[in-house]
Amino acid sequence: MNDVLTSEEKAILADIQQYLSESKRDRSRLIPVLQYIQARLAYIPYQSIALVAAHFNLAPAEVYGVASFYNQFRFNPPGKYPVKVCLGTACHVKGADIILENFERKLEIKEGETTPDREFSIERVACVGCCALAPVALLGESVHGNMAPSKVEGIFTRIQVEKEMEARQKSEK
Amino acid sequence: MTVANHQALKAVFQRIREQADQRKTADTDGAVPKITIGMATCGIAAGAIETKQTFEQALAERRVEAQIYTVGCIGHCYAEPVVIIDHPDSGFAPIFYHNVTAGKAKMLVRQFLIEGDPCFEHIYGAMETNEMIPSVTEFDRFNQEVRVVMEKCGHINPEEIDDYLVSGGYSGLAQALQMAPEDIVAAIQHAGLRGRGGAGFSTGRKWALAREAESLEKVVICNADEGDPGAYMDRTIIESNPHQVLEGMAICARAVGAHQGIIYVRAEYPLAVKIMTRAIAQAETMGILGRHIFETDFNFRIKLFQGSGAFVCGEETGMIRSIEGYRGMPQHRPPYPVVNGLKGQPTVINNVKTLACVPPIIEKGYSWFRSIGTEESPGTAIFSVVGDVVHAGLVEIPMGVTLRELIFDICGGIPNQKAFKAVQIGGPSGGCLPAAFLDTPIDFDSLTQAGAMMGSGGMVVMDEDTCVADVSRYFLDFTQNESCGKCTFCRIGTRHLLDILERITKGEGQDDDLQRLQDLSLDIKKGSLCGLGKTAPNPILTSIRYFKEDYDAHLKEGRCPGLVCRPLIAYYIDLDKCARGCDACVGCCPTNAVFTTSTRKKGIDQQLCVKCGECVVACPPEYDAVRKVSPPHLVPAIERPAQPENAEDA
Ligand SMILES: Cc1cc2nc3c(=O)[nH]c(=O)nc-3n(C[C@H](O)[C@H](O)[C@H](O)COP(=O)(O)O)c2cc1C
Ligand code: FES
Repeated sequence: MNDVLTSEEKAILADIQQYLSESKRDRSRLIPVLQYIQARLAYIPYQSIALVAAHFNLAPAEVYGVASFYNQFRFNPPGKYPVKVCLGTACHVKGADIILENFERKLEIKEGETTPDREFSIERVACVGCCALAPVALLGESVHGNMAPSKVEGIFTRIQVEKEMEARQKSEK
Repeated sequence: MTVANHQALKAVFQRIREQADQRKTADTDGAVPKITIGMATCGIAAGAIETKQTFEQALAERRVEAQIYTVGCIGHCYAEPVVIIDHPDSGFAPIFYHNVTAGKAKMLVRQFLIEGDPCFEHIYGAMETNEMIPSVTEFDRFNQEVRVVMEKCGHINPEEIDDYLVSGGYSGLAQALQMAPEDIVAAIQHAGLRGRGGAGFSTGRKWALAREAESLEKVVICNADEGDPGAYMDRTIIESNPHQVLEGMAICARAVGAHQGIIYVRAEYPLAVKIMTRAIAQAETMGILGRHIFETDFNFRIKLFQGSGAFVCGEETGMIRSIEGYRGMPQHRPPYPVVNGLKGQPTVINNVKTLACVPPIIEKGYSWFRSIGTEESPGTAIFSVVGDVVHAGLVEIPMGVTLRELIFDICGGIPNQKAFKAVQIGGPSGGCLPAAFLDTPIDFDSLTQAGAMMGSGGMVVMDEDTCVADVSRYFLDFTQNESCGKCTFCRIGTRHLLDILERITKGEGQDDDLQRLQDLSLDIKKGSLCGLGKTAPNPILTSIRYFKEDYDAHLKEGRCPGLVCRPLIAYYIDLDKCARGCDACVGCCPTNAVFTTSTRKKGIDQQLCVKCGECVVACPPEYDAVRKVSPPHLVPAIERPAQPENAEDA
């Protein structure tokens, strides 16, 4: 688990504390609260589990037990560009594991991990709902259909170009 | 309710309907062309947002007046982005265009909207019969479908309740409010509606039990958890027509006497969550949900709960635990949720499709519903047909259509002249059926008898290049991961099944592995509390039954007949076909495994090759020189010439 929070994350955490103090202590709010935290921070840092546990008057282990039961919750910050590879049935049949491997090789991390510079992370997901385009990978919100190993390369080149443009725009300002 | 009340209710509904009508008419300008774009997840993934933006831009640039209208999914996912253009002045019927990219969008604005030429070569079909363009209704895909649940999907804007009202929506609820609750339950019972969530339990009986349960508070839950990793129809229905589901829930609530409803939607479905939230708010504002529905004394509030992605939460008791804020572990039944469910209250849990069947049944009568489908399974079935099939997408067919008709007629068969091998039905709980079962009618009982099951409605068609053992391994990997861990047999047994399958697909299987798989499967079925464990071994059991020769090839010869299991295959380059000096495969190889031979042809370094198959794609079709074989020792030895600089440690 990641122990160090950025100052931005700390500010959000303070916000979350405020949100908690205004919400009900009813146990059925537990999962929605965790979802709220993840929506704000993109993951559930340990510090927030302690806050939630105190709010619901539960042991932190109990809260962590619930959170870790569900695939939705993650305990490490995702990358700035989260890569999600669909490993649903249709995508599997069309070789999704090869696509996943290509991302892993390219980024030198395994599925579930984030690159040390926090730029990229890789996750596997179940059916994204566009099996007609299998195999499918998502980069952030954008869907890339009919994936092939060579397209993996293309995606990174595009990000590189985008980043350079962004940097140029910034320096022009 | 008294007769006078019925009159009042009718008047209220009439007024809501008329107001919606007026707003719609004020909004639409009958004379200008109407461009309808499918914008559910599948459309957006295929680029519908870009298509829409291009239309908007092109219309503005060229000062063409037209209305853009966004709808959900019409079911033809293979054709996305789908656009329908209704251009009354051109004299053509509304036309269905498929794969409308940004370029095509620009072209259509210029040539069709301005010049009146509908671009015949890009037309998929006309939406109505006419004399100029073949109509889609002549295609099997359209004329064999019968739509009960998906009737309005892809035709109305899911974000506007007015669209649903104008197309006849909520009249089922208005009608139900004039019926005695017992009569609603009876109508559903007479209709013979069976749960579309998998098991096919009689919906009427479920409602009757909940109605009889004595309690001040009762709950209706709509199960939109859709855990099957290869199915997406519940999501698409919500994204395309959320109100029909809400209407079904409200009718159910009226029938069983509930005042609270919960829709359990996966959080991974952000668009479905957004559309559903909006739909609930709109219905409440109009007095169609909430307090005093249609100004009667009937109250029913619906809340949305976002499920956090656990397959086992699709199971009723697991779902209830998860709504209560615990780990979603299934509980012993009985007591069934209809007696003792959420927070101890009687709770009806129904699937999205089951609930969406309800409004049309109330509106058109149970005998109408019974006239569709078969005696034991009335109505329609919805499948997401994907995999190796030409027209992948969502299909709604009457029960009783055979698998052959569905796969070969309606969905266009197998692409690339390949042979059919198997069809996987029902996801992780279902099974793989071989060609001999293609004439099996699709209904709850026939599929279960054949060894598959209706399950979630996921259907994956597989051609000769698939490996059934690998598919079993895939599903076991899934169920093993999703087992909640409560029952030992499910928790540890699925792990063992997976281990055995992994070694088989690596060519390291042991002689009695098949027997071991079967024995352990039966034990897991017996020793598990909930449906997850009870059905997890199904993919293995059916595939051993029907595709034993596939397993035998892995076990005895170390060969994967479908050329899928990567430890058992190898690629090489046929030197007779490889063209001297061609470098097509070199650049595409992610691991630099391709080398140049002494004759300036190419070879593959087996040590470096990761078997991704990219070189097969890259090799120009006129050479077609890359071969894939199993077992790997069939690869002819092609020497890698020693290279002067650091070739060895590359
Ligand atoms: C492991 C497991 C997963 C399930 N997943 C779903 C699901 O994703 N969607 C669903 O509607 N039913 C699912 N079910 C079936 C439900 O338990 C339940 O039978 C169904 O929601 C009842 O609705 P119906 O009568 O309308 O089919 C699942 C059952 C099990 C055992
Ligand atoms: S399985 Fe990947 S999109 Fe459906």
